[in-house]
Amino acid sequence: MNLNMNSVETLVAQIHGLSGSISDINQLHSLLKQSEDLFQSESTRLAPLLTELDPFMHSLGYLYILDACTSAPISKEQASELVLSIARFINLCAAEQIRLAPDKFTSVCKRFKDQVMLLEDPMQGVAPMLTAIRKLQLSSEHLTTLHPDFLLFCLLAKCYKPGLSILEDDIFDVDQPRDFFLYCYYGGMICIGQKKFSKALELLHNVVTAPMSILNAIVVEAYKKYILVSLIHVGQFSISFPKYTSSVAQRNLKNFSQPYLELANSYGAGKISELELCVQAHNEKFEFDKNLGLVKQVVSCMYKRNIQRLTQTYLTLSLQDIANTVQLNSAKEAEMHVLQMIQDGEIYATINQKDGMVRFLEDPEQYKTCEMIERIDSSIQRIMMLSRKLTDMDEQLSCDPLYLAKVSL
Amino acid sequence: MEAEDDATGQMIEDEEIYVNGGEDGDESKRHRPIISSEQLDIEAYAALYSGRTKISRLMFIAEKCGNASMQLDALRMAYDEIKKGENTQLFREVVVKIDGRLGPNYGPDGAWADAVDRRAEFRKEKLENELNAYRTNLIKESIRMGYNDFGDFYFAHGQLGDAFKNFVRTRDYCTTSKHIVHMCMNAILVSIEMGQFTHVTSYVSKAEQSQDALDPITIEKLRCAAGLALLEGKKYKLAARKFLETGPELGNNYTEVIAPQDVATYGGLCALASFDRAELKSKVIDSINFRNFLELVPEIRELINDFYTSHYASCLEYLGNLKANLLLDIHLHDHVETLYEQIRNKALIQYTHPFVSVDLHMMANAFNTSIASLEKELEALITNNQIQARIDSHNKILYARHADQRNATFQRVLQTGSEFDREVRAMLLRANLIKHEFNLKASRKH
Repeated sequence: MNLNMNSVETLVAQIHGLSGSISDINQLHSLLKQSEDLFQSESTRLAPLLTELDPFMHSLGYLYILDACTSAPISKEQASELVLSIARFINLCAAEQIRLAPDKFTSVCKRFKDQVMLLEDPMQGVAPMLTAIRKLQLSSEHLTTLHPDFLLFCLLAKCYKPGLSILEDDIFDVDQPRDFFLYCYYGGMICIGQKKFSKALELLHNVVTAPMSILNAIVVEAYKKYILVSLIHVGQFSISFPKYTSSVAQRNLKNFSQPYLELANSYGAGKISELELCVQAHNEKFEFDKNLGLVKQVVSCMYKRNIQRLTQTYLTLSLQDIANTVQLNSAKEAEMHVLQMIQDGEIYATINQKDGMVRFLEDPEQYKTCEMIERIDSSIQRIMMLSRKLTDMDEQLSCDPLYLAKVSL
Repeated sequence: MEAEDDATGQMIEDEEIYVNGGEDGDESKRHRPIISSEQLDIEAYAALYSGRTKISRLMFIAEKCGNASMQLDALRMAYDEIKKGENTQLFREVVVKIDGRLGPNYGPDGAWADAVDRRAEFRKEKLENELNAYRTNLIKESIRMGYNDFGDFYFAHGQLGDAFKNFVRTRDYCTTSKHIVHMCMNAILVSIEMGQFTHVTSYVSKAEQSQDALDPITIEKLRCAAGLALLEGKKYKLAARKFLETGPELGNNYTEVIAPQDVATYGGLCALASFDRAELKSKVIDSINFRNFLELVPEIRELINDFYTSHYASCLEYLGNLKANLLLDIHLHDHVETLYEQIRNKALIQYTHPFVSVDLHMMANAFNTSIASLEKELEALITNNQIQARIDSHNKILYARHADQRNATFQRVLQTGSEFDREVRAMLLRANLIKHEFNLKASRKH
């Protein structure tokens, strides 16, 4: 035993010594890899060693030791301490060093997540996870295993803004498909919470149409939300899947979401009363899936869409007529709806209370302002960048030996 | 007809109803228009046709007219006509329909039916023997005549499927293009009676390929048949063009299928429902050819002119009056509603087209309808984007609204941009995912 401890001490000394330049770090890395078993066997006694190491300068060594420490089962009292120390490490560590051992870093963070969940205080986990992601990512387009955990924290802590900031990055590079599914699903939920329905729709669409060989529960749940968000944001839902959807999804998804498809059908028919009947009929199912809130939003969206359609045909219309066409109960209710829509910027209109008339106006956007020009310009830049990416990928693929082998057969 | 100046004036002041026909005081039955707003004169109507179609039309009228005396009239004439022929199946049907209401003279005449059936058996055997003889002798022309005779035989006896098969079999034995044309005409006749208009179209095109063998009358016949097929297929614009191209040489040469009155009616209505103003003027109103046909159905001529000169109330009134009789026509029955709707919509659209603002009260007067229902109709047309306007429901005015092209373009551009953005990103992602899976599989294999 003592022998082992001595070896560990030597290792610590080497960590101290070899944490200077890049070549040293690489050497250290191989040493550490060889000493895996050593660490495992001494896991219980490694904790005090951490105090000797500096999390920033000796990040790699610290990481290995930390990993070994946390692999042992942790008691509840130690949990909060551990959480704090890992958080500290994450905040202080050097990104270049830990990128040499991403698996270790990920497993440390995973354990961190488990402990935070045990403590039932997700708020603690939000900031450290964000930092962890930023340090682990090779680029902002890279999806790590930590992304979904981070988003889960945001959801549980109801702290959506940091989540949104991560979601704004475009992802092109994925490590594990499973992470991708969870990331999109949680991301979709966050966007729904923040009423950013267009981004939610995009994320959920990506889950549903992702390539997969077998169906998983994430996709099923995502599909249900996808139907609802599609009804809210676009006002219609088309049952047919795009061509690139996997055949597994195309065949099986519909079987799991019958009540939602019926809801979409009755929405398409356009009658509020039918829609409400449908909601009543499937109430328990929606509640069980925790989608009742969204369903209620779908119903209120229907009123909005009907009123919006009126703006296309009428210049002025009495509140009573609006109430009749849209199947509201009274002119007063119609007035409230229209008022709300004007305030939310969903229609442009003025209400004349004396005559009980609503005058619909045109969209005042003239597309002549500087902001508009900047918006168009930035769109152009983005699209040029995307095109370049596309050509690069195409070139890469045409040189890929595996692909060529497959194709030339 | 009135000059177009009326239409370019501001609003329609008052409607004028044109006198029907504008012809002499009619004594002779021949000059009285047969398809008109008065109750259909069945005898005169039936006199326009010959052969099997006469019977089919009479039975159709009996079925659809809903008026007992008219029904009995039609059935009586059908009975008489059938007795002149050899179709015992139809005979039995018509007897069932008459149900003894016309007295003993129009009852089930078993003796006649049996006699006809026996004769038919004999004839059939004889034809079969002859045909077999010809077949062994391998004389093409005789075989062809044999099959033709069989076809005629079956047709007369109401076995249309067999008739068709036999006519088509003559194809292999046709030696000149005249033969082919003959075969096609027979096939077309049977197909029309059977109601299988896809065959009609194919055989018309087949016949038209042998240009040299076609005399003018046959050409007109083919045009009518093609028009009928298009009408059944709901291709109203093309049907109208076919009917309008039919020349007066048709005359009464195709009464086993269609009468010139029908050409005028079908052509006129389809044109009204589907042509734009320019085509309507050049092909219908100014066409000397078609004018001859339109003389036979003056009410249709009047209503087309009314439509063109924007006298909508009068035009729609004519249409309303004609409806009952048009519903009794065997080919037009299924299309009357659609055509009428299309004509009415076109009238509404044409009315609003030249104006920047339209007072809905005056428009309702011009169309002889209430403001509320007019508003509903206009709403439907606006939603379908057939009228570009908006309704001021408070003051009951319709304002034309010309979409701002510039804004619309900007909107479309921005939208297309963001869609492209989204699609490409999703595509790159998916490609990446597939690559991972593929690499995973590949590494597992090694």
